[in-house]
Amino acid sequence: MSSFKTSVMFFRCVNMSAPQHPHLPGKAATPGAGDFSYVGIDAILEQMRRKAMKQGFELNIMVVGQSGLGKSTLMNTLFKSKVSRKSLVSTPEERIPQTIEIKSISHDIEEKGVRMKLTVIDTPGFGDQINNENCWQPIMKFINDQYEQYLQEEINIDRKKRIPDSRVHCCIYFIPPTGHCLRPLDVEFMRRLSKVVNIVPVIAKADTLTLEERDSFKQTIREELRANGIDVYPQKEFDEDADDRMINEKIREMIPFAVVGSDQEYQVNGKRLLGRKTKWGTIEVENIAHCEFAYLRDLLIRTHMQNIKDITSSIHYEVYRVRRLNETNGQPNGQFSVLLFFPLTHLHCPVKQQCGVEQL
Amino acid sequence: MTPSLLYAASCIGSSSPKKTMAATEIARQAGEGARAVPLAGHVGFDSMPDQLVNKSVNHGFCFNILCVGETGLGKSTLMDTLFNTKFEGEPTQHNQPGVQLKSNTYELQESNVRLKLTVVNTVGFGDQINKEDSYKSIVEFIDTQFEAYLQEELKIKRTLHSYHDTRIHACLYFIAPTGHSLKSLDLVTMKKLDSKVNIIPIIAKSDAISKSELTKFKIKITSELVSNGVQIYQFPTDDETVAEINATMNGHLPFAVVGSTEEVKIGNKMVKARQYPWGTVQVENENHCDFVKLREMLIRVNMEDLREQTHTRHYELYRRCKLEEMGFKDTDPDCKPFSLQETYEAKRNEFMGELQKKEEEMRQMFVQRVKEKEAELKEAEKELHEKFDRLKKLHQDEKKKLEDKKKSLDDELNGFKQKKTAAELLQSQAQQAGGSTTLKRDKERKNFF
Repeated sequence: MSSFKTSVMFFRCVNMSAPQHPHLPGKAATPGAGDFSYVGIDAILEQMRRKAMKQGFELNIMVVGQSGLGKSTLMNTLFKSKVSRKSLVSTPEERIPQTIEIKSISHDIEEKGVRMKLTVIDTPGFGDQINNENCWQPIMKFINDQYEQYLQEEINIDRKKRIPDSRVHCCIYFIPPTGHCLRPLDVEFMRRLSKVVNIVPVIAKADTLTLEERDSFKQTIREELRANGIDVYPQKEFDEDADDRMINEKIREMIPFAVVGSDQEYQVNGKRLLGRKTKWGTIEVENIAHCEFAYLRDLLIRTHMQNIKDITSSIHYEVYRVRRLNETNGQPNGQFSVLLFFPLTHLHCPVKQQCGVEQL
Repeated sequence: MTPSLLYAASCIGSSSPKKTMAATEIARQAGEGARAVPLAGHVGFDSMPDQLVNKSVNHGFCFNILCVGETGLGKSTLMDTLFNTKFEGEPTQHNQPGVQLKSNTYELQESNVRLKLTVVNTVGFGDQINKEDSYKSIVEFIDTQFEAYLQEELKIKRTLHSYHDTRIHACLYFIAPTGHSLKSLDLVTMKKLDSKVNIIPIIAKSDAISKSELTKFKIKITSELVSNGVQIYQFPTDDETVAEINATMNGHLPFAVVGSTEEVKIGNKMVKARQYPWGTVQVENENHCDFVKLREMLIRVNMEDLREQTHTRHYELYRRCKLEEMGFKDTDPDCKPFSLQETYEAKRNEFMGELQKKEEEMRQMFVQRVKEKEAELKEAEKELHEKFDRLKKLHQDEKKKLEDKKKSLDDELNGFKQKKTAAELLQSQAQQAGGSTTLKRDKERKNFF
């Protein structure tokens, strides 16, 4: 750092733990007038809100699962619009892709003034081959590529004002409703991917399970996840404080959510509801007595969306960044800076000591 | 043959992410202009701004203000008045040798918002006889904060979201209420600072100026700033909710403020005011001064925008200049994007080579010095030997002389002894012979008498 010749700088933190003026008495009814003890610091919340509304939000969700598990339908149900195109059958060859493709579709949706760019990343062909070895590789590659693209943008010299965020925030993994246990493919996939992305496992087409079967299935799945060391969202290690832990524990007791998706509306008790109509009754998608879709929607969208994005950007992305910068750097220790910023003069010091011979 | 696992069907063997990105574009059905889709019901993501705000509240905010101005213009008092609290410190003396920057951090809380406020004061600004270098320490300070943030951002293992941001978000420049025009020190300083920080000029102690003088003063200041190309912070007018009020306020710059922490009873309320024999200046009265406007603009309306401008404009500019200065470029002449990593490797090798060369040089110099010293020492040793020899010889000569002398002395002594014995012998002989003679002589003497 350059040395200050004429000026001396010193920092003092006064009472960092105790606020200087504890609790300035409440808000004025009309800010700016009357109440003289009101400074207006809390107006920053309003400013932030305005800025957020103006900028809009981005969300990238990936859906992974075998074909026929209702991935596209669930996306459409979640966002109440046709954000995902169902793989309609025209010819049998087209239906099951020979390879895993990654299809990314973006939509601009808006609700009550809040604009969001939603990107749904579909993975047709996953788990559909006879030999499914390494089927997670293209998906991991895609996720890492998004991190790489963000990293490249970030280390540019001339960077954009807002780097477009294409990183996968959340990966919904569809578990087929066998009622028994997780398949080896599920375990392998979730084990590898839970390290790079937030995974939310769901039991697809849960209307084929009775309530008891559902509960025992969930129990088995949870135990298997725990036995294999798979940390799905919300991850235990990222709980910030006691409140967080309490809320997240409740969620962790309910995962995986048993969901049913539908984009058809039916008349039930005089109301038009989304549901599936069968000969023995109508399954209401948003009824928590019937399925847990509402919990999934609340978790993903209404309460934890920001948290999901934060964990992606501050934890998963940082892990990728550290690994990437270390491998090209060749340094084992992660404490070095990417660029050497110290000017040459700093490194003369150890050599100078050898030349203390001048004292002779 | 196992079915090949292609990724978007067109990038086998490509390792550069740019190519894979192009492949993804192919797979994207809607490109950058994603098509808008209407929603058939309430989804619920309108709670996103709330989620974002809640997260920020839990995290806390930080805001850093730099107050630049001559000693005695009421900077500390204004800060006290703005934030309605007593920051410590006594008024500074006028005899500072240079401009120092004193920074204090405070934690304020209002309802559920925690703010970490840092107020940096320039101490001794404008007090020296030679003020040429006054602005330098301020610029250095601001650059240091940028540098610290840049270092953190470039670390491999970084903790950006828990980093305490010390970059200056707003600079309040205090103009002395002369009523004429800006001082040249003000112009020079503001010109140096306008590309590094958001400058909000304010006229301090404005109760010293009358209303008509004030309008003229403001016009003069604004025209001087414009003609000198100083870019002060403009309140943003792109958001409709606040565009109007911001635009009006832009016209009132620079704000003429009065600060006071003393309260005076006016009517039946206690208000912050300054009491003079001829009247009372109320701080929060819009007719008396622009304090309310300043507070409104600085805190209640634009605090977030100030922070954003600092990060996206001033900090990016600093970062770009700093990286370019180090020799990093985004593209080389062939328009292929350079990886920062490659450049770093090249620079590092270059640097290590230089370092080694310097080491060699130093080593050689050292060896040289040692040789010289050795030769010197040998010389000295030789001299000493010679001296020793000389002295020894001298000593021997002296010794010999002394011995000679001694010998001669001895000889003399011997000779004398011999003579003595001979004389004694003679005497004894003579005595014997003369013993009788003496007797005879004695008898003769007796006979005589």
